[in-house]
Amino acid sequence: MSSAVIETHDDHGAHGHVTNTGQSNEKLAMWVFLGSECLLFGGLISTYLLYRSKTTGNKPKDVFDIPFTSVSSFILLMSSLTMVLALSAFQRRDQRLGRLWLTTTATLGAMFVGGQVYEFRSFYKEGLGFTTSLFSSSFYVLTGFHGVHVTVGVIMLLSLVIMSRRGTLTPDKVETVEIIGLYWHFVDIVWILIFTVVYLIP
Amino acid sequence: MSTTATAHTDHSHDDHSHDVHADVAHTDAAHAGAHKHPSDKNYVVIALVLAALTGLEVLTYFVDFGSAAKPSLLAMMAIKFVIVGAMFMHLKFDSKIFRRFLITGIILAGFCYTGMFLIFNFFGK
Repeated sequence: MSSAVIETHDDHGAHGHVTNTGQSNEKLAMWVFLGSECLLFGGLISTYLLYRSKTTGNKPKDVFDIPFTSVSSFILLMSSLTMVLALSAFQRRDQRLGRLWLTTTATLGAMFVGGQVYEFRSFYKEGLGFTTSLFSSSFYVLTGFHGVHVTVGVIMLLSLVIMSRRGTLTPDKVETVEIIGLYWHFVDIVWILIFTVVYLIP
Repeated sequence: MSTTATAHTDHSHDDHSHDVHADVAHTDAAHAGAHKHPSDKNYVVIALVLAALTGLEVLTYFVDFGSAAKPSLLAMMAIKFVIVGAMFMHLKFDSKIFRRFLITGIILAGFCYTGMFLIFNFFGK
């Protein structure tokens, strides 16, 4: 019985909806990946927390521009809203609206990354280089890794927009939007942690 | 793979196809149930709540809340985390197996921090 179920899924491909867990394998794989990402960011946040006091010269409070980072955080938070609205539109088979929300999400993500580049540049100008102190190294690695994740997310979102425009994002592939959405929301969740732990907690 | 499937068809096609179709029906029903997601309006309301919480978090930077600042910041962070996970990532509506993967990752990350903290503060000296 179980072998027949597995085989049928293989025959049907990614969207056969017949798996031995009763769940989509692609979605399950994304959740396994996100679980492993918790460990990656857990390690990076732990490193930052242990090294944040080991600084020479500039202290975190001296260099952080909280109003600017707050706006960036708000932008990323709102991109999570536009992402769910995109998924909702695709589930209603409204490709045009879905594309609009996806493009908006990618734009907001790009704005966040742009803000991070600007922030890094101003920190560097203030004398906080990558190798200045253990604090600066752990800070740049943590926030830089997050920035890379956002950039990868933006690329995936734009790929979805292109797929939709070419007509290859057919209604039976809506799950692809959901899976990329999961990644995007995870990146947002990680920033919720980073914003509080790194920037706001004195 | 398709060869094996053909072999099944040769032996007892009816029994297997019945079982498989029963499974498909069961999974599809579960799938349909799993997609009772919030409406677009609800998503906007959730986002407004998240924005308000972010505003409160930022407020703690400008207004001195004393010793209450740290716990309240951590509490608001946790609430935002849960809201995004439950509502935007649909963990509230989807299968529990997905939730377990995320929670396992978070617990392991907690162990990672605890281990590093112990090494740096007690065993590293």
